[in-house]
Amino acid sequence: MLIFIARRLLFALALLFAVSAFTYVIFAALPSDPAALTCGKNCRPEVIALNRERLGYDKPIVVQYGQYLKGIVQGRTYGASEGVHCPAPSLGYSFRKHQCVTDLITRSLPVTTSVALGAFVLWMLIGVGLGTMAALKRGRWPDRLATVFSVVGISLPTFFVGLLAIMIFVIWTGFLPFPRYEGITSNPAKWFMSLILPWFTLAVVSASSYVRLTRNGILEVMNEEFVRLGLAKGLRRKTLIVKYVMRAALLPIVTIAGLDFAALLGGAVITESVFNLPGMGKLSIMAVNDSDLPILVATTLVAAVFIVIANAFVDILYGFLDPRVRSY
Amino acid sequence: MTVADTTIVGLSPSRLALARFRRDKVAVVALCVVVFFVLIAIFAPLLTSVFNLSPYALDRQALNDYGNPIGRFGGMSWNHPLGVEPGTGRDILGRLMYGARVSLLIGFIGTIVTTGVGLVLGMVSGLRRGLLDSVITRVADLTLAFPSLLLIIALNRPLTQRLESMGVPKGNFARMTYIILVLTVFGWVYMARLIRGQVLSLREREFVDAARSFGASNTHIVFKQLLPNLWAQVIVFATLSLPGYVAVEASLSFLGIGLMAPAASWGIMLGDSVKYYRADPTYLLIPGVTLMILVMAFNLMGDGLRDAVDPKSDRQQL
Repeated sequence: MLIFIARRLLFALALLFAVSAFTYVIFAALPSDPAALTCGKNCRPEVIALNRERLGYDKPIVVQYGQYLKGIVQGRTYGASEGVHCPAPSLGYSFRKHQCVTDLITRSLPVTTSVALGAFVLWMLIGVGLGTMAALKRGRWPDRLATVFSVVGISLPTFFVGLLAIMIFVIWTGFLPFPRYEGITSNPAKWFMSLILPWFTLAVVSASSYVRLTRNGILEVMNEEFVRLGLAKGLRRKTLIVKYVMRAALLPIVTIAGLDFAALLGGAVITESVFNLPGMGKLSIMAVNDSDLPILVATTLVAAVFIVIANAFVDILYGFLDPRVRSY
Repeated sequence: MTVADTTIVGLSPSRLALARFRRDKVAVVALCVVVFFVLIAIFAPLLTSVFNLSPYALDRQALNDYGNPIGRFGGMSWNHPLGVEPGTGRDILGRLMYGARVSLLIGFIGTIVTTGVGLVLGMVSGLRRGLLDSVITRVADLTLAFPSLLLIIALNRPLTQRLESMGVPKGNFARMTYIILVLTVFGWVYMARLIRGQVLSLREREFVDAARSFGASNTHIVFKQLLPNLWAQVIVFATLSLPGYVAVEASLSFLGIGLMAPAASWGIMLGDSVKYYRADPTYLLIPGVTLMILVMAFNLMGDGLRDAVDPKSDRQQL
């Protein structure tokens, strides 16, 4: 088991290196000159040259990448004498915003985490709940309802659900104020109010595939021998379903959910821009509009880290729960 | 009647699938909706000129002094059955018809290219194993580790420029090429994985061994032995991924990536409609509902197709 975990972690580490290198190279290979992007249109060449040296863009790409990695571990000073210092882990310096990228990210991460966590809880409740109901009442109206929900949900693009939600709950009925994000520490009530719509939007869209997965998973497990055995030895249907069937059926779903959740942490780009939430996705979109390369490299990297870690975690968890996986 | 009198007719798997599909009413209706949209997309220029619904003509007469459509429901009238765009007065129905072209074009080309690339790489991976297989598998892992939407957004402008400098016609053509390109780069993995798994198990089956023992070439094994066993899954997978690409195109256009106005795309219309929320909600609803209907039709059709080609399926099991 230990060997399995060690191998899996090593693979994750290698993947992280590869992803970071690729991200760096992709952005470095772009036709735009990152140094020229650091100041506006009427920029003097000296300033560009100075910024190029400050940010290390004058060095070969391998050296640049090495410096970048070193900055993550040790922190980095941009510029020689009157440079700016960003403490570790430094993910770069945004000349557009005159801020360390790490600071920008630590400010937007809580927003994205708030969105992702609430949405995750909701969509698992809706998805697994409806899916279970559908499987247990197979062929009857709860099943039909769940099927309709999942087909409609899968077919609705996130941004349309979000826009509809604003239209119905904010503009027409005035149920909710227009979402304006507020930190959980400064005002928990407002935080909650501002996130209700984003949570439901993401939940409706994501839950629909979980309805299907849960329903099919449970129906499949119900056909297994051990269920018949349980019935034969006189277990109550409820006990059997909750303790045995659900456990077996939900295992693969939990793993998929882990991956989906990690993907959201990298920035719920569309939801954040519909509801104007200052999270990672919004940060990236703003960086695209400003051609702010350091931010883009960093957000891509952070998002990738979440994905890789979640992958490794899910695999290892699976190894614990299902001994057959460990052999490889 | 004795047993000898009845002739036993065996149906080919595709005939059986067709029969099952026909019995599935939802899927048949979905297919009709899809065909309807495809026809509209193909004949959009003809339809718009016959009914005088130019998607580009600016109709100031239909707008009031504030640039909002005159009349109820976003300015619906005989001249403009689904109303006009606020601000410009362009006809919404005409723009929807042209938008269907963009959505379906990206959907179809995206699906064909990703499916093709995924199929080839998956087969190579499964058949050759060894080094090539590990390389392809690792690249697939790497691709999945990237936050695709973020990268698509981030690389949009520079890569579109690069495409243009490489001689791709400027403007919306280059933008569309970019979208299809990135859809392929991030989309081939799922298909490749599916096919690789299938090929790994199929290649060990007796009929492949039998063909080999007769000295069949690799080409024969690929085209005559393996592919006929894969096509059903390939088609189902492709049908179910197509609506995803249609939705992605709309989402990207909504975010301001991808096509640019005055080109008509449902995503552009939806992104534009945000500005006119209060004054003209119809402008949001019409393209949104149209998009939903098309995506849903493709999904339902794909579901029906999947059930139809799966010999074990009965509709209740879905």
